[in-house]
Amino acid sequence: MPAIEISALRKTYDRRVVVADLDLAIEAGECFALLGPNGAGKTTTVEILEGFRSRDSGDVRVLGHDPAKPDRRWRARIGVVAQTTGAALDISVAEAVRHFAAYHASPRPGDELIEAVGLTDKASTRIADLSGGQRRRLDVALGVQGRPELLFLDEPTTGLDPQGRRQLWELIDALRADGTTILLTTHYLDEAAKLSDRVGVIAHGRLLAVAPTGEFGGDLRDGATVRWRAGGLVHEVATRTPTAVVRDLLAETATGEIDDLEIRRPTLEDIYLELIAAADGDAPGAPETSRTSAGSGGSPGAQPPPVAELPHQPRVTTGSGS
Amino acid sequence: MTIAAESATRPAAARHPAPPSAARIAWARASLELRLYVRARQAMIFSFFYPIIMLVIFGSIDMGGDVAGGVTYVQYFTAGIAATGIILNTFQQLGIRIANERDAGELARLQALGTPPVAYLAGKAAQVLVTTTSQLALLVVVARYAFDVPFPPDAAHWLTFVWVMVLGTLAGTALGFAVSLLPKSAKNADTIIVPIALVLQFFSGVFFVFSDLPGWMQSIAAVFPLKWLTQGMRSVFLPDSAASAEVAGSWEHGRTALILAAWIVIGIVICARRFRWRRSS
Repeated sequence: MPAIEISALRKTYDRRVVVADLDLAIEAGECFALLGPNGAGKTTTVEILEGFRSRDSGDVRVLGHDPAKPDRRWRARIGVVAQTTGAALDISVAEAVRHFAAYHASPRPGDELIEAVGLTDKASTRIADLSGGQRRRLDVALGVQGRPELLFLDEPTTGLDPQGRRQLWELIDALRADGTTILLTTHYLDEAAKLSDRVGVIAHGRLLAVAPTGEFGGDLRDGATVRWRAGGLVHEVATRTPTAVVRDLLAETATGEIDDLEIRRPTLEDIYLELIAAADGDAPGAPETSRTSAGSGGSPGAQPPPVAELPHQPRVTTGSGS
Repeated sequence: MTIAAESATRPAAARHPAPPSAARIAWARASLELRLYVRARQAMIFSFFYPIIMLVIFGSIDMGGDVAGGVTYVQYFTAGIAATGIILNTFQQLGIRIANERDAGELARLQALGTPPVAYLAGKAAQVLVTTTSQLALLVVVARYAFDVPFPPDAAHWLTFVWVMVLGTLAGTALGFAVSLLPKSAKNADTIIVPIALVLQFFSGVFFVFSDLPGWMQSIAAVFPLKWLTQGMRSVFLPDSAASAEVAGSWEHGRTALILAAWIVIGIVICARRFRWRRSS
């Protein structure tokens, strides 16, 4: 049974469609990353799944339960790390962990939990005196304290320094290994690439694409850019056959070095931006018409072709440097 | 009963232990709330020590002799400021604090944890009961030894003191919860709640003798709990002979209890219908 099942979910505010006929299933044990620009309907969708917001129509099951009718047993199986949680409390990390243990039937041991989020040497520091990143880690600790089967992580690493992010990623990896289902929303695409099994992109309240993280982007992924410098100009070729481009280039340059030669594959971020741009072009503010081109089931292959299909024609883009 | 059938239809529920009871969470919250109260210096000064500071100020100023019936002004004021302490600790302090907690997302966290609203409310009520009791105990001692205001003379007066305090605290708590729903955001909480509490102090016979106030002020004050609290406290700290100086000519204990109870009910009904964990969007 999937951990989350959504069919034809719809939500409007003042006749503005925020979530439009969204279908999605997230399997138990999966880590699913939901990406999308601000205002795309991400948070609304997640808050409906968490049982904090009502929906207009559609069928939703979270751990087999309708989130519009939340009860305590169901809540006990769900962990939530929201974007903003908590006042600057005048209690220490250890006191907070000890206090919130009382809300769970079998909480994780406090010391272990504090250790897992890397706050051991801050255990006796008041929350008010923690940095933003340290507070974020405490939020995560409190979100997983009750050993949830399903964890909602809303931009968990926003505001963390690189080291803090790595530490949190390790924690999330450990939770996945434990079998926790995770729904992650994030703006950091490297985070999605690192942590998730599948990625979904949402814009204008609609899923533009859903795919396993490694395959995300479909055809978009096959494109590559070959770039080099010659005669003070930067040459850039978008191609599906970068090897052939390089072979030709080598043939033209019998001796010496080719300056700044690189082959670049699209990153998750490139694909994401491509999808969002296509969706914005199709349907600025009118999501109803974007159905046919985007496909709510997520068939990224149906997207407009990648950067360009110019086979081998060098395209001179800029005059100097890169 | 059909335990087998139930576990077959709700396998997940069977696998998962029931969450802790509301009482256990309420207990944890009460101890957290008390710790937070003690650590929040501003709250300590403005609500905990306020009545004592006021007693020292007004008790030290010569307010022009006695109130009718052989009652000293400081005696009269002790009753009024004791009642005020209850309202500040509950209605004002609690109302502002809850609005702040809602704004900061602290309540959203509690919601996500499946906290029963009653456990949250009970934790707050327990905190204000403890802090109000200690505050009034300190006040009574300061009034007695610094300003010669006699202790309540017998068990009956002490009993009145306790029930007036408990009913007043509960009414103030329920109203604090209710008033926390008024401001759109915590930024407005002080500006809405503080003036209400302040005006009520002037209208309810705290600083001025209630029976000397204009009739319209008395009528407005009679709707709200503070007036009844001051009157109840006067019945504790003033001699019984002073009852004849009251507007009604008696302490009106029955009516006091009834009106405070009515405010408790009103506050609870508003909370039950309107309580929200999140800012209204």
